[in-house]
Amino acid sequence: MFKHVMLCAALLAPLCGHAAGDTPTTNNEDLRTLSERVQQLEQQQKKQQPAAGSNAFNPDVSLILSGTYGNLQRDPAIPATGFALSPNNNGYTKGFSLKESELGISADIDPEFRGVGTFSLDPAGGITVENGFVQTTALGSGFNLKFGRYFSGLGYLNEQHAHAWDFVDQPLVYRTFWDNQVGEDGVQLKWLAPTDAFVELGGELGSGRSFPGSGRQKNGAGSGVLFAHVGDDIGVSSSWRVGVSLHQTKQSNWISTGVPDLPGTAGGVTESFSGDVHTAGVDFVWKYAPGGNPTVTNFKLQGEYFRRRQNGLLTYNNATTDSYAVTQSGWYLQGVYQFMPNWRAGLRYDRLNSGNAQVGVLNAANVIANYGYTPTRSSVMLDYSPSEFSRLRLQLAQDKSRKGLNDQQLFVQYVMSMGAHGAHQF
Amino acid sequence: MQKFLCTFLLLLLSSNVHAALNLFACEPEWAALAQELAADKADIYAATTALQDPHHVQARPSLIAHARRAQLVVCTGAELEIGWLPVILRESGNPDIGPGKPGNFEAAHYVTMLEVPTLLSRNEGDVHPGGNPHIQLDARNYLPIAQALSQRMSELDPANAAFYHERIHSFTQKWLAAIARWEKQAAPLKGQAVIVHHKAYAYLNDWLGLNEVAELEPKPGMEPSVSHMSQVLEQLQRQPARMVIRSAYQDSRPSEWMSAHAHIPAVVIPFSVGGTDSAKDLYGLFDDTIARLLAGLSAH
Repeated sequence: MFKHVMLCAALLAPLCGHAAGDTPTTNNEDLRTLSERVQQLEQQQKKQQPAAGSNAFNPDVSLILSGTYGNLQRDPAIPATGFALSPNNNGYTKGFSLKESELGISADIDPEFRGVGTFSLDPAGGITVENGFVQTTALGSGFNLKFGRYFSGLGYLNEQHAHAWDFVDQPLVYRTFWDNQVGEDGVQLKWLAPTDAFVELGGELGSGRSFPGSGRQKNGAGSGVLFAHVGDDIGVSSSWRVGVSLHQTKQSNWISTGVPDLPGTAGGVTESFSGDVHTAGVDFVWKYAPGGNPTVTNFKLQGEYFRRRQNGLLTYNNATTDSYAVTQSGWYLQGVYQFMPNWRAGLRYDRLNSGNAQVGVLNAANVIANYGYTPTRSSVMLDYSPSEFSRLRLQLAQDKSRKGLNDQQLFVQYVMSMGAHGAHQF
Repeated sequence: MQKFLCTFLLLLLSSNVHAALNLFACEPEWAALAQELAADKADIYAATTALQDPHHVQARPSLIAHARRAQLVVCTGAELEIGWLPVILRESGNPDIGPGKPGNFEAAHYVTMLEVPTLLSRNEGDVHPGGNPHIQLDARNYLPIAQALSQRMSELDPANAAFYHERIHSFTQKWLAAIARWEKQAAPLKGQAVIVHHKAYAYLNDWLGLNEVAELEPKPGMEPSVSHMSQVLEQLQRQPARMVIRSAYQDSRPSEWMSAHAHIPAVVIPFSVGGTDSAKDLYGLFDDTIARLLAGLSAH
């Protein structure tokens, strides 16, 4: 029955249009010129142009150059108080320095796959593969599969490349909890729900090569990630995204040197931790642009909070091993305002909580359980981008992340992109 | 009676087939064109408004969510959307709308591109290798684009092919008549020297014969600078222009500055459907664009 109605309607449709649309006001001569013109245009249309593009068959290649001038009062190698067991890869250097140059190559491999390679060229020599993944969008039904080496989809900042950061450095919580960025070797599957609002669920299984994992040579997965993102617009001017993430891995013999201890050993001691690491986080970003047009002014507010539980065995000074468990947390909140074309100003506040560790009896007199200090940092930045391919930045920071070692920091940075410049994520 | 029957059947059809063609238009002019060609047979979502710069759109979560369910994505192409659309298409997990698929329609494929650069260097600013992508301001371009788009709609939604065929036929007739009217109205604009904010009017100039003598942006996509605008002002001493034109989404300050210093009117044109109150549909877009340009001409 339904089919019949459809067929009938389809057949009648042209009739309907005629009945409503015929306006016999144009005279015959006009109509003739009009139809001649349509024919002309149809001819013209047939001569379709080939798809143009700088990358016809060749991959998109890009190179990002960046460098800084840093003025620091303190030695940047000293870690945040209470986080001596975490990485302190801040990237700070006093004076002039070239930062990692990022070489990016991406292209469709075939109709099923797309490949992305990002290579980080260390100024001291050596190349590291930052990203090297294959992505397929041919799955359909909202599924996206990625495998290889990729930045994990946890949090908000984790997937962003250094050239897209709004500040010279990552927030303290990213530096200490994720060694700036979690890059996994593994598989990521995401699913986008067929809803008006943006609802995305994702999961990853990885090797656990990147901190807080400690690398391993075993079958199976060394780390697991789950994340969910929800987002939408509010009117035409604002849009938002919030997310939750869970990360779990195991550390085996994670060695930290120069760790302060209760006896006050000069230069600290070496500690090694093996155990489970569970991290949960929430993140949000809210972007505002008047009328949805960010070219003149726009504002971005973002924040993330992570909480980590470590539970396992700690070996003190290569000698005494006993249980160790600690819950640490950290967050940042930042706002970046483009107050006129090309110019942006930003403010960021960072805070860490090193927690109160449960230290096994054997180490009770050795390991510091509570540092009694809350590391914080405030940063302001001003950047100027003559075009979307170049950016110059000034950043000042009041770094109170180390007890008794307040630091006034000044950075001048340039970030330049050459070649194909891929679209940025929200 | 026949009319009544038709309406009744079409109503029945539309209520039964709630799955209208789900269409995602990158720019409002393509949403408006799709509206002309598909009427209620398509569920049309416009990703941007005329008050947004189509080069610089955020790959917002809502856009990805809408692309997820789209059957047909209609965009300008020619790399206009290169800064945001690729992310949306990839993240949508919808292979039917990927580049080169029937669900991906690029309007720029169906018109003759202007200002195709011979020198590809970022030293020239934000140039597009495929040519100037702002094809929507030459009314003539809509004829081949509409033909191709209508065909594509029929391919994807064969049940309504007859309807689309009828709509394209009547649209073409109406549009040709409108072009003739606009060309007559716009005759005084021919050969008039103008300054523009961004190199966005190559097709408009090609159609109506405006003579673009300078741009406020030193290079395409770079913000107008005082030094460059002073140069333009100097150039105007030797080569006067009648008005300075900008699109609705652009910052008003550079063209207001030029207007005040060069004593020529600053004219805002809608650029796309919805850019001004009068540009409610495609016809309104050109009615209002021409009316505003003519007003600028007679403002002396």
